[in-house]
Amino acid sequence: MSLQTLDVLDEPMLDLTWIDLTVAVGLVLIAIGVSGWHRTGLAKGFAVGAIRTVLQLTLVGYLLVYIFAIDRWYLVVAALLLMLAVASKAAVDRQDSKPSGLLGITGVALLLGSGLTLIYVSVMVVHVDPWYNPRYLIPLFGMILGNAMNAAALAADRLRGEMETRRAEIEAYLALGADSVRAAREPVRRALRASMIPTVNSLMVVGIVSLPGMMTGQILAGSDPLVAIRYQIVVMFMLGSAVALAAVIVVLGYRRTFFTAAEQLRPESS
Amino acid sequence: MLQDVDATIPRHLITVLCGPSGGGKTSLLRLLNRLDDPVRGEILLDGTSLNDYNVTELRRRVALVFQSPVMFSGTVSDNLAVAAELGGLQEGQFDELSDEVMLLAELDPSLLERPGGELSVGQKQRVNVARALMTSPEVLLLDEPTSALDPETSRSLMKTIHGLSEERRLTIVVATHRVAEASEYAEHALILRDGRVVDSGDAERVLGGFADLEATGP
Repeated sequence: MSLQTLDVLDEPMLDLTWIDLTVAVGLVLIAIGVSGWHRTGLAKGFAVGAIRTVLQLTLVGYLLVYIFAIDRWYLVVAALLLMLAVASKAAVDRQDSKPSGLLGITGVALLLGSGLTLIYVSVMVVHVDPWYNPRYLIPLFGMILGNAMNAAALAADRLRGEMETRRAEIEAYLALGADSVRAAREPVRRALRASMIPTVNSLMVVGIVSLPGMMTGQILAGSDPLVAIRYQIVVMFMLGSAVALAAVIVVLGYRRTFFTAAEQLRPESS
Repeated sequence: MLQDVDATIPRHLITVLCGPSGGGKTSLLRLLNRLDDPVRGEILLDGTSLNDYNVTELRRRVALVFQSPVMFSGTVSDNLAVAAELGGLQEGQFDELSDEVMLLAELDPSLLERPGGELSVGQKQRVNVARALMTSPEVLLLDEPTSALDPETSRSLMKTIHGLSEERRLTIVVATHRVAEASEYAEHALILRDGRVVDSGDAERVLGGFADLEATGP
């Protein structure tokens, strides 16, 4: 018996009604109940978060319906750029210290890291047709961007921490005649490692410890699991590339801001 | 912090920068190695402004050793190799030069394979001196090299520094607040107080006057 003849694949996808969603609110009430019971201060957060989830996703749903229906390349590109801007801002907002220029560096890192990865995947792997087909580009870019954003935020945060704790070592390198690239080699290495380890770990355990959301979603929506895993494999690989590119661009761009043109370490900013 | 500093540091001599903590000794050394730049004014090396030299080459010619020794990761040999690489040392010359600087810094060459973190503070300070020598500097700036050391180790390191000046004809600038220790080897002296040079010249005269100044107090 081949997989294609399995009955499960012929099942139509079960649609969820608004009444079903109302019933699902019970799940959030459980979380609110637990939070209130132990006075974690998170009950309100759960309530507000649940409301935001409904509003944001509903809005995105209608927006996607609109973009799919209009089917214009410039609308798709505009949506991708908007996602990019929001992700850049979110990555910088997570930093304790937000030096001017970090937003620009992060924006460039996410644009190149996510953009190049999206082009590679859509043109050379998935063969999206037409090239701007929003049904593929928007979800793919969302996944790429989410991961690249986390990596960029982690990388910037770690680099700043390393540059602060290793000031004496960096100045010792400079005093010996090292340039800033050599002097900051260890902080850069550590920042890159910290930002890429979660991706390496997810490559190791995918399918064993975790079933990725996209693959689960495709299977729930009625796809053949073998098609779903092929997409997921592509997704895992593309996340690797997006994370590595975004992290390295952020780290190299951000590193320069710690030094003057005369290869001097700038005074610590508070 | 430093103001109205107008001073000359003579070639091939040991110059000591003396003065109370916070007087500007470290700030002056950092300016000489260009880890910082003066807001106003100019520092000349051989008649040329420090700003006109390539900054990384300048730092190899004018090496700075910090008050708290900094060890890079790895062994003592790895530490020296970093400086050798920065100094553009040819392959094959490393062993000879590393043995030489270890001896100059009066460190047992058997320490070369020891991890840097396992050394005593005094040994680390000497490794920092040896590492600075790997780039074959003309000027060696030492910031309070003996501050963390006991009197005996401290005397021994000062003796080493004196030896360096004699054997290598290095120009050495030592910042210290220990006048008695400094006067033993110093040939030239500069007194810094509140960021100003209050006296400079022949060490015997200047340090003698400074000791009196310290004794009478404010």
